[in-house]
Amino acid sequence: MAVSPEFLKAEREQPWRVELRSKMKNKERTALTRVHMNEVDARERILSNIEVNQGLNQVQAMAEAQRCLDCPNPTCITGCPVEINIPKFIKHIECGNFADAAKTLKETSTLPAVCGRVCPQEKQCESQCFYTQKMNAEPVAIGYLERFAADWEQNSGQMAIPEQAPANGIKVGAIGSGPAGLTFAGEMAKKGYDVTVFEALHEIGGVLKYGIPEFRLPNRIVDVEIDVLKKMGVKFETNFVVGKTANVEDLQEEGYKAFFAGSGAGLPRFMEIPGENYIGILSSNEYLTRVNLMNAANPTTDTPIISGKRVAVIGGGNTAMDSVRTAKRLGAERAMIIYRRGMDEMPARVEEIKHAQEEGIEFLTLTNPVEYLADSQGRVSQVRVQKMGLGEPDASGRRRPEVIEGSEYLIDVDTVVVSVGVSPNPIVPDSLPDLKMTRWHTIEVNDDNLQSSIPFLFAGGDIVRGGATVILAMGDGRKAAAAMDEYLQKNQ
Amino acid sequence: MNKIVAKEFFSENVVRLEIEAPRIAKARRAGHFVIVKNGVDGERIPLTIAGSDPKKGTIDLVVQRVGVSSRKLTELNVGDEITDLVGPLGKATHVEKVGTVLACGGGVGVAPLLPIIEAFKLAGNRVITVLAARNKDLIILEEQVRKYSDEVVVMTDDGSYGNKGLVTEGMEMIINREKVDLSVVIGPAIMMKFASMTTKKHNIPTMASLNTIMVDGTGMCGACRVTVGGKVKFVCVDGPEFDAHQVDFDEMLLRLSGYKGIEKEAELNYLSKNCNAK
Ligand code: FES
Repeated sequence: MAVSPEFLKAEREQPWRVELRSKMKNKERTALTRVHMNEVDARERILSNIEVNQGLNQVQAMAEAQRCLDCPNPTCITGCPVEINIPKFIKHIECGNFADAAKTLKETSTLPAVCGRVCPQEKQCESQCFYTQKMNAEPVAIGYLERFAADWEQNSGQMAIPEQAPANGIKVGAIGSGPAGLTFAGEMAKKGYDVTVFEALHEIGGVLKYGIPEFRLPNRIVDVEIDVLKKMGVKFETNFVVGKTANVEDLQEEGYKAFFAGSGAGLPRFMEIPGENYIGILSSNEYLTRVNLMNAANPTTDTPIISGKRVAVIGGGNTAMDSVRTAKRLGAERAMIIYRRGMDEMPARVEEIKHAQEEGIEFLTLTNPVEYLADSQGRVSQVRVQKMGLGEPDASGRRRPEVIEGSEYLIDVDTVVVSVGVSPNPIVPDSLPDLKMTRWHTIEVNDDNLQSSIPFLFAGGDIVRGGATVILAMGDGRKAAAAMDEYLQKNQ
Repeated sequence: MNKIVAKEFFSENVVRLEIEAPRIAKARRAGHFVIVKNGVDGERIPLTIAGSDPKKGTIDLVVQRVGVSSRKLTELNVGDEITDLVGPLGKATHVEKVGTVLACGGGVGVAPLLPIIEAFKLAGNRVITVLAARNKDLIILEEQVRKYSDEVVVMTDDGSYGNKGLVTEGMEMIINREKVDLSVVIGPAIMMKFASMTTKKHNIPTMASLNTIMVDGTGMCGACRVTVGGKVKFVCVDGPEFDAHQVDFDEMLLRLSGYKGIEKEAELNYLSKNCNAK
């Protein structure tokens, strides 16, 4: 489904791009330094949920856009799971055509303001940038520019509604309203389908709402994108658990012709060590859901939250960082990451780790919990940890952590957030006995078109991948939409 | 939005709400529950389904005032809408013909027990039900229970109705009298703990329906976790029913108390605010 090189080439040869390239020599462009993101100072930001990254201003964005060489062979695009035409949108920014830049993003991405904030660009487009690849220099700040263009459009109050094919009256359903489901819905709506998104929770957005905190992705940003989908005619059914409230067969009777399952990775994993069910020990999903979705830290809401003064978060991924930084904002005096590998092996984004460090988060690396202790009321009071050393690389290529005997010690804690991964949500698979699953309990799909063993059911995101990123889920939503369209057109 | 079409007080603190929810009314089976959240600032709380009318498209929920959220729900009136209601959740009860079923309901536990009794009766079992509560006022749904039971034994702590004594005493009475093939116990965790100890003594297979703290009710958060047979299970997706003899009730009791302090305070705040308003 890759964008054809011919198409990219034709776009690149448009007069405005040719002219723009001639305005500045490559040498001058590469001499510029990469822009810095404007951030709220750490001491100030930990006092509230204010968004840490404040975005670029127009001058900064246009200057950064000049760094992009508009390469004849834009490798950056190959690093983007939704294949945004990166040079084109950046060149629009360079000329100050911000609306066109936003429009370019929307050609292939349903949620650019979200991606501009949470994508690990350093591992994707920016890792494939000419600067990174050939010059060993800092890449063009593609992610910052993406966010700039998307925000500019959101702030303009005039969100462009993508062009849509005439309505074809064919009903399709998306199961789950996270990044995969929303992207799928947007793509299908563009193709003229009658799309309904089913969401189990009371809010639309899935992990974008319950998982990622306000200080990294404000809910209003997500809501604006959802609003565009609504304007495109996408329908949303909240409080609807497909497989429970109604089965796929029931929905077929109601006229749905095909489904996309993007129901995510539900089940949080625990370590199964002694004492893990004591009061005050909770999964990162529960902790973040209470704070983000239920607004539990706000005294006017009814949902309670326990967030203590000494909070240990177990794990080293983005969710662990989100949790520990949330704990800091809820008033923790000690907010610590306990991670069994080293700093270099941490899967969290570099930016998140940097922000966490600035905010005074403690990193206890090469440290692994082995047991929890509680007070007489069953509330967790201490965690027993052991120190780890790094051995030979394991299957993941990361050096294997090994226990250092006799290194155990106790740390005082009153809240523990376990963030060691998730397993796929079983509800949709359980309701479809014929559905083929992998041994990791994810839905088995054909890699090329994301079709499951049930032909009218496609699937993507964490229910297939087991635990991935927002952007990979979005890539899946887009791919599945294209494949489903083909399937439905063939089987009309 | 789900409209309340009928409301009935079983006692001062226990209310039955009949709510429009056509899809749930159609899909629900014995054993299922729902999650209710009212208003933007509301909390998500699990409630068991006591019955439904698929034709009318309504379900019956029995709500006991135990905190701010449940209290607010009981203060709603006929015609009011509940903003968020999702279900049916959990696994349905596995019902088959086993012979004699001893069903035990404590307090509002009788509400989720009712559809289970009904299902076992319709499957051809002899059903004996023990209803237990602190006093007469707290015995609920007796008439409906009688409809699907071959025999009903009422136990009250203070002897204000039926026999004076605990649920376990009523159970022993039946077990000593005749052969019981299966027992179902639903009620406060402490009651289920002792009821299940009683049946264990007599080697009677027993299932308990657990009502833990929940947030999403779809397996996403782990707030509802319990230990069953040494393994961690999520009540909302693996349950709510489990082999009662395998459940670690002591741990469950502890976890249920997790927010007690905060909740009590919130309730007092809410009540005092309401008084001031009046
Ligand atoms: S209530 Fe969240 S997993 Fe069960």
